[in-house]
Parts: sequence; structure tokens; C-alpha cells
Amino acid sequence: MDRIPILRMGNCLLITIQVDMHDRLALALQDDLTAKIYATGAKGVLIDISALEIVDSFMGRMIANISAMAMILDARTIVVGMRPAVAITLVELGLELPGVQTALDVERGMHMLRSTLVRTR
Amino acid sequence: MTNNAVVPLQDEQDVVRARQAVRIRMQELKFSLVDQTKMITAASELARNTVIHGKGGEMGIEVVANGMRTGVRLTFEDHGPGIEDIGQAMTDGWTSGGGLGMGLPGTKRLVNDFHIESTAGQGTRIVIARWK
Repeated sequence: MDRIPILRMGNCLLITIQVDMHDRLALALQDDLTAKIYATGAKGVLIDISALEIVDSFMGRMIANISAMAMILDARTIVVGMRPAVAITLVELGLELPGVQTALDVERGMHMLRSTLVRTR
Repeated sequence: MTNNAVVPLQDEQDVVRARQAVRIRMQELKFSLVDQTKMITAASELARNTVIHGKGGEMGIEVVANGMRTGVRLTFEDHGPGIEDIGQAMTDGWTSGGGLGMGLPGTKRLVNDFHIESTAGQGTRIVIARWK
């Protein structure tokens, strides 16, 4: 089965979602990511969704779940690169992703992660 | 450009195919990016419902005209258990389980036309349209 790769950069994990995700792939990502946080002791997770043309309620829930699960495992998640049309659609759909932190792009997201990780060290 | 197509909806890969089919049609008709995104998202929600709750079915895509306006109409049909209480299913926050209860009411907000008919034990048919 396909898997979404999870890259390690220091104490952060980087995920770039580049495929039109089917539901099982999204669920596999939850499992893989939580296992990887546990195995590596990562403190930050960056999820790049700039390639996603849509985020529907299932994918939105998956993103919110990942963020909550990572939080419980003592890692902070930042979702980056959401397209403007996706943001508009998500809010109209009624899915405002409470508790999910976002940044406009990978660079800003990485900066956000680094600065909180330094503060809490 | 063919105007009508039918996409079978039996598993989650078909949900991805349905999204792609809607995207291609919306792009051909030069809908704005926001319009495309809303319609593809709506299609994704309903296609998943058809697969999971309807136990499989199909999605029809039509290009329709109303005077000067062009639209895309999608019909989702299944012969699953049907929806007992449509009013309840259309309420924000109500869920039959597993979801957040955003599905139907949220989807309705993404499109211009939304029509649902369902008979318990016989299936569900939802027709949506987005106009340019």
C-alpha cells in the first residue's frame, strides 16, 4: 500500500502531502506519524498541504486529529501551505480546524516551530 | 467535449476518481478556482457518503444550461439503507456516527442547488448543481 513519506529534520518531522489522498492513506498517515513521534522523540511536526487542491471534512478531521495526537505526544504541529480557495471552502463547509496551528508556507512554519522549541527547551 | 458521464462509486479509490472527473469538467468550463474547489469538495463529501452509507452507487455528471448560464450538475445515487429522517440529516452537527456532522448541511452551503430524496430501505438520491 502507498505511504506518505515522513522526513526527519533534527527534532522535527516534515510531511509533504503530494497526492490526491484516499481515505485509507490518510488513516495510515495518522498511524505512521504517531509511531514516528514516539520513536524519534520529535518535538515538532510540519505538514505541508500546498499540493492539496481540496480538503474535505474527512481530510480536515484527519489533520485536526493528527495535531491533537501529536500534542498529547508532546509535539507541536503546524499545517502550512493551505491554498486560499481551500480555506474559503473549509470555512463554508463548517470545518474551521480549531486547535490546528497554521503558517502560510514551510519557511514560516519552520520558523514558528523553531522559536517555540527554543522557548520551551 | 462529452457532456455526460457516470462514475461508479464502490470504494475509496472511486471517491478520488469522482473528484478528478468533477475537476476536469469544471476546468473545461472555466469555473473560477474557488467555484471549482467548492464543487470538488462537495462531490468528495457526497461520493464518500454514497460509498460508506449508501453501500456503493454512482455519480452522474452533466453539463446543464439555464438561459445564458452554464452549470455542472452531479447526481449521486445509491440503493443502500436510505436516510430515515432527512430533516435531522440536514442539521448541522448531527451525525450517524464517525463524522463531525458537517457532511450534508456543509455540502449544501458549497453549491447553488441541492436536492435530496431518500426512502428508507431503498436508497438515496442527491442532486447538486453549481452555476457559472
